[in-house]
This record gives sequence, structure tokens and C-alpha cells, in this order.
Amino acid sequence: MLFKLSLSNIRRSLKDYAVYFFTLLIGVAVFYVFNAISTQTAFLKISSDTHEAVDILKTLLSGMSVFVAGVLGLLIVYASRFLMKRRHREFALYMMLGMNKSKISALLLTETLLIGLGSLVIGLPVGIGLSQLMSALVAGLFEADMSEYRFIVSGGAVLKTCLYFGLMYVVVMLFNSFMISKSKLIDLMNSGKRSEKPKLKNPVFCVLIFIVAVLMLGYAYYNVGIATKVLSQKKLYICIIMGCISTFLIFWSVSGMLLKTVMSMKKTYFRGLNCFTFRQLSGKVNTVVVSMTIICLMLFLTICALCASFSLRNTLNSNIREFCPVDVEYELAIGNYFDDLTYCDIEEAYAEGGYDLCENLSEYVHINIYKDRGFTMSALIGDKKDEQASKYRFLISDFPETIVRVSDYNKVMELYGRDTLELGEDEFIVVCNYSESEDVRNHFMSKGMELNIFGNTLHSKYDKCIDGFLFMSAQRSNNGLYIVPDDAVDESGRDMDYVFGNFNTDDPDEKAALSAAEHKRYDEVREAFHNNHGEDIFGECVTRDELKASSVGLGAIVTFLGLYLGLVFLIACGAMLALKELSDNVDSAPRYAMLRRLGVEEKDIERSLLVQSGLFFLLPLLLAALHSIFGMRFGLYVLTVFGNTGLGPSIALTAVILALIYGGYFLITYLCSRSIIRERKEL
Amino acid sequence: MELLKIDHIEKYYGSRSSLTKAIDDISFTVDKGEFTAIMGASGSGKTTLLNVISTIDRVTSGHIYLEGQDITELKSGKLGKFRREKLGFIFQDFNLLDTLTAFENISLALTIQKLPHDEIEKRVRKVAEELGITEVLEKYPYQMSGGQKQRVASARAIVTEPSLVLADEPTGALDSKAAKQLLERFNYLNSERGATIMMVTHDSFTASYAKRVIFIKDGKIFNEFNRGNDSRKEFFNRIIDVVTLLGGDVSDAL
Ligand SMILES: Nc1ncnc2c1ncn2[C@@H]1O[C@H](COP(=O)(O)OP(=O)(O)O)[C@@H](O)[C@H]1O
Ligand SMILES: [Mg+2]
Repeated sequence: MLFKLSLSNIRRSLKDYAVYFFTLLIGVAVFYVFNAISTQTAFLKISSDTHEAVDILKTLLSGMSVFVAGVLGLLIVYASRFLMKRRHREFALYMMLGMNKSKISALLLTETLLIGLGSLVIGLPVGIGLSQLMSALVAGLFEADMSEYRFIVSGGAVLKTCLYFGLMYVVVMLFNSFMISKSKLIDLMNSGKRSEKPKLKNPVFCVLIFIVAVLMLGYAYYNVGIATKVLSQKKLYICIIMGCISTFLIFWSVSGMLLKTVMSMKKTYFRGLNCFTFRQLSGKVNTVVVSMTIICLMLFLTICALCASFSLRNTLNSNIREFCPVDVEYELAIGNYFDDLTYCDIEEAYAEGGYDLCENLSEYVHINIYKDRGFTMSALIGDKKDEQASKYRFLISDFPETIVRVSDYNKVMELYGRDTLELGEDEFIVVCNYSESEDVRNHFMSKGMELNIFGNTLHSKYDKCIDGFLFMSAQRSNNGLYIVPDDAVDESGRDMDYVFGNFNTDDPDEKAALSAAEHKRYDEVREAFHNNHGEDIFGECVTRDELKASSVGLGAIVTFLGLYLGLVFLIACGAMLALKELSDNVDSAPRYAMLRRLGVEEKDIERSLLVQSGLFFLLPLLLAALHSIFGMRFGLYVLTVFGNTGLGPSIALTAVILALIYGGYFLITYLCSRSIIRERKEL
Repeated sequence: MELLKIDHIEKYYGSRSSLTKAIDDISFTVDKGEFTAIMGASGSGKTTLLNVISTIDRVTSGHIYLEGQDITELKSGKLGKFRREKLGFIFQDFNLLDTLTAFENISLALTIQKLPHDEIEKRVRKVAEELGITEVLEKYPYQMSGGQKQRVASARAIVTEPSLVLADEPTGALDSKAAKQLLERFNYLNSERGATIMMVTHDSFTASYAKRVIFIKDGKIFNEFNRGNDSRKEFFNRIIDVVTLLGGDVSDAL
């Protein structure tokens, strides 16, 4: 009996339940997808370094999923409270018919149970389907191999999803029972009769508050987005708090001013349904200032999280392309500390261990660098230690600077496919690509500046550093190389020996195998050398595969967390707005019926509805987008170490995701609203 | 001049097994400038009649002509324009938009006809004056009395200068004093403005303000007569006589 009543209740208020159910469903699906990610990625062919990253990701995700479960839980409670409010009169009727509170509680319990079970039964398969897509996305994002991929279901994730959501539903049930036991019949009966006065705020006060909010926001924007370099941590917190407060104030004042502004434009206000439309909208916004603020801030976080993570991923991938132009780099010297090394020919060291260094290389370049023990950056700067010097103290070292012969440098550049350099007889060039080092070096450099190495005097060809690098890296990390004429160096200054080369295969699998083999070989050479000479080899073999794997691992973690949080927040925002909008429209349905009687065209009614829902969804998004412009400037500043390429595509991708989910919610809301207001044709 | 012609209309509700004949072959005409009351017991088909005239509902058979145009043949795309321009509505429960002020409620009827703003302002003020609601123009429905609300609703109905004003139990939710005030305004609108009013009511007192009464019983016309040169009091007594003839239904409903 109870079961039947519950079922018929759900069926009757299907419109109200639809959004609630949809929200639960997506919540379940998303929760599953992200918890299943570690199982999913196990089948992707990614190197062991990336697997390590996935392990870290797993730990982070499990922590995060508690937080996310919290957010989803709150959303569910919010949504169910919304539904409850809508049904107060129905409960009142039950009570008047003699049903007691415990019976109603039991009814609600059964309903929640049915809905909960339904959401799991449908949500999990959706999640399982989505997670297969997600794996493809992972593979695409991180250029992993999907050939061995097959359809899988993660039992752990299923269990976890059921557990977490089960828990949330229990909370909702308790909450509802509590609400029912506290409610009085008379209040329930009266809850439908709304004599809600349209709250009108003092417009002058609204304008004042608005100005204050804009000023506060301007201050926060300036400090976070423009004067980022001198932003202290404490000030950052202040700016964040100011941003939150001013967001609230803006919604508060705009909801008051919006109507007044449109009203003052009499021509617009008294045209078609405008007057009705804006009254409706302002009434809506007025009652949800707090939720609007929360939604706006969540959207802001979403945009930043998505944008930053995509941007980081793009940057990391493009860095690898740019700063790892060849397959492998070998480096070798004798010694234990990098500022006290003895030269040793790397090919000979390999030969001594019985290996041919170049047997797997199709092309290679063999060079060495030089160091003059007395030639350090501090020595170069000397007593010119001013403000700039103290600011970048940590970059000015007492270690010998790296010197490279111009012909050696050019040989490597030819292999890399990059521009070569030309030098006059007594000239030198500094090559650098790490921006802070570049700043400090440029500060102390001038054209013709003198330099003394190995007893030769050289003059700077340029007044600043030239962009470039020699050693392979996953990011911009060259803090300075001195390129000098070939005869300006002394063989006594020979330091580390290098070989740069490409493997003699184009197949990615074989390259990966070679990469692993070369690491092993290097260790064997190291051991053989130690056994033969009793001395240690300093150096290593660096491959592109290895650099890529660790860098991709980092990117993977950040992107996943960004995506995960972003999606959850987006869903929460969309659902909150949709619920509010739908229930408002249920209340407004008689108003539309009345408009029809006055002879308003259906298309005008639909347009009014579209404007209302559209602006309702757009308002928080607009402010969030504005926040994000400055928030992202800050984010980019923090991420500078990695460089920041591909911001355009990141923004585009973020916009697509926003359009899909947020826009999807908007569309569903609009279409449902339209059918709600259509439904009751006769008054 | 003949404004409205009802020609043998019928309206059935329900399925074949449980058919309700809400209107069972009704015909009459209304001239321009007439103030007609439709009377009948609850369930006699008054609202249904009004609904088919106002194109909110469709007749099962028969025709209705307004200014010579057959409105039962109107395409659904034309209905909005027809209601907007030719008709004015007044409902028992006022049906004002609670989010709008009185001024905005009245002007809505004009803004949806896309009239220029100063024209709207002028017309609303004029009609408000005629109905004695100038001082409540800036108020919201929840700040007004029932009588004021109904006069605002009436203002909205006639501000477009429609060919026909339709009122369904306009005094149903008013106390007798407010009802009297409203009906006097109707009289004023009818005699001074020349508005054609068709009012549905089950109340003899309300009906006595009209110039003509049509009685309906079980979906059929039972009786009808004009006020002629009678005083309102005499007219009221004639109505009461018919009502008594009709049976206890009407007074029960009172
Ligand atoms: N939508 C409907 N569906 C079925 N029957 C209806 C509908 N509307 C009215 N009726 C029936 O038609 C008859 C006339 O109703 P109505 O015109 O509302 O009467 P009145 O307004 O005079 O009280 C009644 O018997 C009523 O039950
Ligand atoms: Mg009726």
C-alpha cells in the first residue's frame, strides 16, 4: 500500500522529481567515473613513471571523493528540501485525512529509497559507459596507447559509489523525517498560499552598495590579477574574502537595481512582455542572492580549475616537443659533485666496459663543456650587488659557469633543428631560457661587456641573453650557458662529456624498449668503471620517453583533479539553478495561463520564459567569467615555471565543457519549464 | 447593430459513455452597446458559454460570429490576435498578476499590442480615472481590496477598447458594497463609453444592473427579456420571478 502510494506520488510529481533524479543520476555517474579511473588506466599502456603518478592520483582522489561526496550530499539535501516544500500541502491533506506523521515519514522513506535505488540502478551503468569514454579521453590527453584496452567494470568503484550514496540517502531520510516530525498541520496548509510581497530595496542604497562592491572587486582584481608579483599570501587571503563578499553584494544590489534600471527605460519596459519578464526575473533573483553567490563562486572555481589544468597539460606536452628535440642524451664525467668533476671521454668509457655507445643511434653529436674554476656568476657580478642582486640572491651562485664552444653548440643545434649562432673572434653570447635567470643576467649585461676566461678577454655580442638551451629538459630550465669562440677555451677546462642522439628506429614501442635498455646499459658502464678504476662516474642517461612520462604524470594528476572538481561543481550549480527555476515556474503557471487569456502569443510567452531562464543562468556565469579572467592571470603566474602555452585551446575546451553541462542544464530547464507552463491551459 | 451572433452552438464534454451536454443548442444575438447578463444555476453552462465565445474553448458544433467574422473557424495562430484586439476579460478571481503593480497590470493589455509608451500611459490614466482607481495605480494586488482589484481587472479589460467585454461572475468574490460600486462602473462604461458587456452571474442583484438578461438551464436558453424602461428595482423583481420559476437552484447558489 505504502509502496503503491509512494510510486504514484513519484509519478504524479514527475516534473519536480525529474531534475532531482537527473541530478542524482549524474552525481552517481560522475562519482563512479572518477573512482574507477585507476582501474581504467591500468589497461592503458603508459610507462611505469606514469603509473606512479596514477598511484598518487588514486590517493588524492580517494581523499577528494570524500570532499566531493560532501558537496553532492549537500546538493541532495538541498534538492530534497526543495521537493518537500513543494509538497507541504499534499502532506497537510494526508494529515487531515487522518494519516499520522510516522506514516508520512515512512512514505517519504519509501520514496527516497525508490528514488535512491533508481538513481543507482540507472546511474551506475551510465557511469560505467562514461568511464570507457573517459579512458579514451585520458589516452588522448596523455598520448597513451589504447591498443590493449578493453571494456571493464570496476567493482571497487561500484561498491564505493553505492556506499557513499547509500549514506547520503540515509542522511536525506533522517533529515526528511525530522522535518515532518517538527512540522505543524496549520503551517503545512498555509505554505501554498503565498502572499509573498515583492521585496523592494531602496534604489539609492542599492547603487551605493553596488559602487562599494565594484570598488572592492576592483581592488581584489588589481592585486590578484595585475599586481600579482608583489602579492603576499596574507593579501591574497584578504582579496579572496573581499571577492566573496563583493560577489554577494553585487547580486544583492543588482537584484534591487536591475528592475529599477529597466523600469526607468520606459520605452523598453512598456514594450511587449518586458514588464512581466523583468518583474519575474527580479523576484527570482531577489530570493536567491545567497545561492547565486555560491553558484557564481563555484562556477569561478570550475572555470579556473578546468582552464588551469588544460593549460598545464598543453604546456607540458608542448614543452616536451620543444625542449626534448632528440631521443636521448648521455652525460658523463668522473667525480662525485658537479662543481668538481674530471673530464672523461664518454665513448671510451663505454668501450672500456665492452659497449658501443652509438650502436643504437642513427645520428648523434659528441661534445663536451668547459668550466673555468674562477669564473662564477658572483665573480662576474663582483661588487655590483644592488637591489636586483639581493632580490634574486638564490640565482647568483658561486658555482663555475658553463662554457660551450660555438662549433659544439652549433653541431647540437643542427641536430636539434634549431638556429645556429655566429661569433666574432673575441665575442661571446649568453644563451638562457629560464625567465628569472634571464632577468637577472640581463640586468647585469651590456653590449661589449668584458669577460675573462682561461686568460682570454671576450666581449658580449649582445646586450642581453639569447633564448635557447642545450640540455634536454621537460621545461624551460636553462639558466645560462656561455657560448665562446672555439679557441677561447683551454683543454684543461674540459668538464662534462655529452652525446646527443636519435635512436635508429621510428617505432614508439621500440623507442620505449631502447630507452629502458639504455638506462640499464649506463648502470652497467657505471659499475664496470668503478670496478676498473675505483672511481665514481658522475652523470646519467636522459631519454625523451622518461622525461615525457614524469611530466605527463604530473599533468595527469592536475588535469584529473581539475576535471573532477570542475565537473562536480558544475553539476551542483546547474542542478541548484534548475531546481529553483522549475519550482518557480510551477508557481508561475497560472500567470502564463492568464497571459494567454489576454491574447499573448505563444511565441512571446516562450520568449519571455527564455529571457527569464537565460538571464537567470547567465547572471552568475557572467560574474564568474569576469572573476576568472583575473583568477586565471594569477593561476598563470603561479604556473609560469612550466611556461604557459596553449591558453587559447584551454579556454576553448573549458567553454565547450561549460556549454555542454551548464548549457545542458539550462536547456533541460527551459524545455521542462515550457511544458510546465503549457500544461495547465485551462484556468 | 448586430455585434455578436451565436448560431446553434453545442458543447459536449467527456467520452461517448459519459457525455455532458454543457451547451445544448443555444442561439442569440447581442447588439453593439448592449449590457447583457447571462444567468443560471451552478453547472448550467454559463462559464462554458463564455469560454467558447472567448475562444478559450471550442464548440462541438454551431457557429459564433463577432463583427461578421466566424470565430469558431479561427486558426489557432490567429486566436491570440483576436483575443488581444477584440475582447476584454474580467474573472471572478480578478486574475491580476501579483508581481505587477496596478498600473503595469492595466498597461500589459496595451504593451502586448505594441503600442507606444506615451499612448499607453495616457490611456491607463484615463481609464483609471473613470474607474476611480487612480490612487492605487502604484500598488500591488496584495495591497488592494477585492473591489479595487476587480476594478483594476475591469480597467485592464476595457483599456484596449475591445468590441466585447466578457465578465465571468465579476462580483462573485466581492462584498455587496464593492459589488455595487463595480456594477455602477460597468453601467458607466456601458452608457458613457459605449462598451458592449456580457456578464455571467448567478446573482439576481448583479444581473439587475444589466439591460438584458438571458436565463440558461441545463445548457438551453430558458428565458430572456430586456429591462426596457423599468427601474432597476422593477427589473430586479422580474428577474427574481424567473429565478423562482427556474427552481431553487439559483438562490441555493447565492
Ligand atoms: N472541462 C470539463 N470537462 C468535463 N465537463 C465539464 C468541463 N467543464 C464543465 N463541465 C461540465 O459542463 C457543465 C457546465 O459547466 P459550467 O459551464 O462550468 O457551469 P457554470 O459556469 O454555469 O457553473 C457542468 O455539468 C460541468 O460539470
Ligand atoms: Mg462558472
